[in-house]
Amino acid sequence: MKIVIIGNGMVSYKFCEKILSKTHATPPQITIFGEEPRPAYDRVHLSEFFAGKTADDLLLAPASWYSENNIRLHLGDPVQHIDRENKTVHSYKGINESYDYLIFATGSAAFVPPIPGVDKKGVFIYRTIEDLELMRDYAPKAKRGVVIGGGLLGLEAAKALLDLGIPDTHVIEFAPRLMPRQIDDAGSRILQSKLNQLGLEIHTNKNTSIILGDDTITGLQFADDSVLEADMLVISAGIKPRDELAKLCGLDTGHRGGIVVNDHLQTTDPAIFAIGECALHNGMVYGLVAPGYEMAEVVATNLSSGDKSFTGYDMSTKLKLIGVDVASFGDPFTGRPIVYEDTMKGIYKRINVSDDGKTLIGGILVGEAEAYNMLLQTAKNKVILPPNPEDVLLGARGGATEAGPGVLGLPDDAIICSCESVTKAAICQAVEAGHESLNDVKKCTKAGTCCGGCVPMVKDLITSTMKAQGKYIRNVLCEHFHYSRQELYDLIKVKQLYTFDEVLDTYGQGDGCETCKPVVASILASLWNELILDKGNDTVQDSNDRFLANIQKGGTYSVVPRIPGGEITPAKLLVIAQVALKYNLYTKITGGQRIDLFGAHLSDLPSIWEELIAAGFESGHAYGKALRTVKSCVGSTWCRFGLHDSVSFAIQIEERYRGLRAPHKIKSAVSGCIRECAEAQSKDFGIIATEKGWNLYVGGNGGSKPQHAILLASDLDSETCIRYIDRFLMFYIKTADPLTRTATWLNKLDGGITYLRNVVVNDSLGIANELEAEMQSLVDRYKCEWKEVVDNPELRKRFNHFVNAPGEKDPTVKFDHLREQKKAAEWK
Amino acid sequence: MEVTTDTQKEWVLACHTTDVPPNGGVCVKLGDEQVALFYFARRNEWYATQNLCPHRQQMALSRGMTGTQEGEPKVACPFHKKTFSLKDGRCLTDEHECSITTYPVKVIENKVYIGLYNPVAIM
Repeated sequence: MKIVIIGNGMVSYKFCEKILSKTHATPPQITIFGEEPRPAYDRVHLSEFFAGKTADDLLLAPASWYSENNIRLHLGDPVQHIDRENKTVHSYKGINESYDYLIFATGSAAFVPPIPGVDKKGVFIYRTIEDLELMRDYAPKAKRGVVIGGGLLGLEAAKALLDLGIPDTHVIEFAPRLMPRQIDDAGSRILQSKLNQLGLEIHTNKNTSIILGDDTITGLQFADDSVLEADMLVISAGIKPRDELAKLCGLDTGHRGGIVVNDHLQTTDPAIFAIGECALHNGMVYGLVAPGYEMAEVVATNLSSGDKSFTGYDMSTKLKLIGVDVASFGDPFTGRPIVYEDTMKGIYKRINVSDDGKTLIGGILVGEAEAYNMLLQTAKNKVILPPNPEDVLLGARGGATEAGPGVLGLPDDAIICSCESVTKAAICQAVEAGHESLNDVKKCTKAGTCCGGCVPMVKDLITSTMKAQGKYIRNVLCEHFHYSRQELYDLIKVKQLYTFDEVLDTYGQGDGCETCKPVVASILASLWNELILDKGNDTVQDSNDRFLANIQKGGTYSVVPRIPGGEITPAKLLVIAQVALKYNLYTKITGGQRIDLFGAHLSDLPSIWEELIAAGFESGHAYGKALRTVKSCVGSTWCRFGLHDSVSFAIQIEERYRGLRAPHKIKSAVSGCIRECAEAQSKDFGIIATEKGWNLYVGGNGGSKPQHAILLASDLDSETCIRYIDRFLMFYIKTADPLTRTATWLNKLDGGITYLRNVVVNDSLGIANELEAEMQSLVDRYKCEWKEVVDNPELRKRFNHFVNAPGEKDPTVKFDHLREQKKAAEWK
Repeated sequence: MEVTTDTQKEWVLACHTTDVPPNGGVCVKLGDEQVALFYFARRNEWYATQNLCPHRQQMALSRGMTGTQEGEPKVACPFHKKTFSLKDGRCLTDEHECSITTYPVKVIENKVYIGLYNPVAIM
């Protein structure tokens, strides 16, 4: 497929990026003809050219990017003729190029109003880096600069003049206010007062009639006969789509400019597309970059066997104009306005509410636009407004927040999602604005969209915020199961169901998803402890469980053999070393006293495990929501302070609970004395030796929200200690929400540690025997799942990257070197 | 590689139906390309997409978990759980994420074929 693109602006570049990211049977051959001498640059931030950025800083990608991606880029060489019949273009420098698809991304030129004198020296337009260079060379001579146009671009140009050091800068606007398309009169007044403070003189309602001067500008004369002296003028009164070439080759264009396109961005010739500011879609030219990018996505998708339509674009926008925040969203002008105006601080906010007061139609923010995203979401999603809609603008007043335990006790500025830096306040506000599902909150705040580690906390915030609003919460799994995890656990147990499909047929609807599948898989494993890859349950396991290894950057896996209590013989260490050398694995000691081997190809996993198992190793379940490690200090066998043999007890415990699957991972440790070298109090359950026996602590956590474990019972003998752990773990497994660590579970448990102690130690519910029996049956059914896979040729087959080329490794996997080992190549 | 051509597409043999785990995916090597192939056993539907997740450019979608959202089939990337529609390839969890390419699939006598569009005929 040969694609020729005319124009190399932001949208042209984005199109290349998008089409390259898609899969093609044969890669498309792309050729670009650009009129300007340099590759696509960031026109949105053009004024930064005067604030110290160089032309190179503004480039979206260097010329080398195009050649690296096999794109032929002809700069300074505009297309001059298109032969649609033979599908070829002819360029200024004489290049002939044929195409299967031709894409107009010619953008726009500055619209210059027909005012006598626009050709005088000292009159500029504001569009390209060349325009800026001309302005920069001329500016030192100028004492007073004037900009015609008080819209977005005009104000950007005015900023450019300020940055060029012109002491006296004026803006002329024909309309009665600045940014007439985005803000109202009152908003404009506040904006004007802010701009005045920054040294800009604003003239609205001014119609320029003549540009004065002989061959060089000396001033402007207006329709009201007033005169403004000036020695430099920048015209930035709007844009004019570059459609002349399209016209020339007979494509339909609008009478006010723009190449006519349909919802596929196809022109009247189906092999020719137009995207960005040169396109006229449904009578509209979009002069912002975001809709241009969307158009690029649509065409890139359709040329990659996909199907996508462009159906218009929301023109809501937020920007910083000369340091002043200005935002406009939805319909800024109609509806029932609620207005907040602070002339002292220069803040203007207006929201437009529907006639029934229930939804937000649009609004304007000047001087402070922090609420923009929230308001935009509220308007976009037709979220029902609170009974006093002004609360959206001003915040709920007079309501002191209750301080207390749990997530609501966190300060408002606590960062919940550190990948996307989303605060607690942001999430709570989202919930209050009506985004009451995890998906909605993710969409509106981006919280939890990167690594996902904060998702349980986000869910907690959603439920507690809703509870605080007096709403009833039923903690159901997802759209496929209208049950909580606890309810589902009991139902599956009573009905004796063994596969995800059975559970879905009996209690669910639809097909399941990435939320409910792992939850049901985990419940089945916690109940029956069968091989998780059996009975068609393999594809409902989380990816790591499905391949019994941890996926790492680049798509290789890490392997963690179990090393109970952290004790290992030199002979076994040698085996790990041999395996690591043979399969070229990066090795690292983990925090849980084991050895992690990274960089294993999927197809190598069964062979690696075959060798490890032959040497007496077992799966370490590092990939599962399961017992991980029981860490230990060296204990009384060597340590002069040790009270008991902590290593032996740790090994006993680790071997008892190995493979136990739970709502989340479980970590443990045993310390041989109160010096606590094994850090048992940071574990889900931790054991510390005393003079008389063992102290058992529960509900500790490291991780993002560290928490010390709480003492459950003291001075226990080993047997009682294990019975209490059985009861504690089983009770947790039966009652916790998905992906909830013991610490969070205990924090939320009504009655807290006292209640738990009653259940576990005093058997207040009369279920202690049952809990112990359930645990014992899980313990009895334990098998090393890697051994089962290694011994089963059918299961081994699933560990291949290519279904039609077994054993062949993913050729895209790349490694770098670091300190004599390999590391995963950095991702994009 | 077995290839048949009709007016619009080339149908390339990917694998046998039994090679694909029910309700799961596999990666198919087609020349230098990697295509993720999914079988929705409950609905007896087949889908194919690019294997590359556009988020971090990882060859991973075939190892992702399948599911539906309001009836629309989707796959979740194992790396960061971005989910993509298997019908039209758009990202369901992040509207700013690039969408993925989808391919038609047909099954004849237990053989699964993936349709690669002849680029000239896509419109």
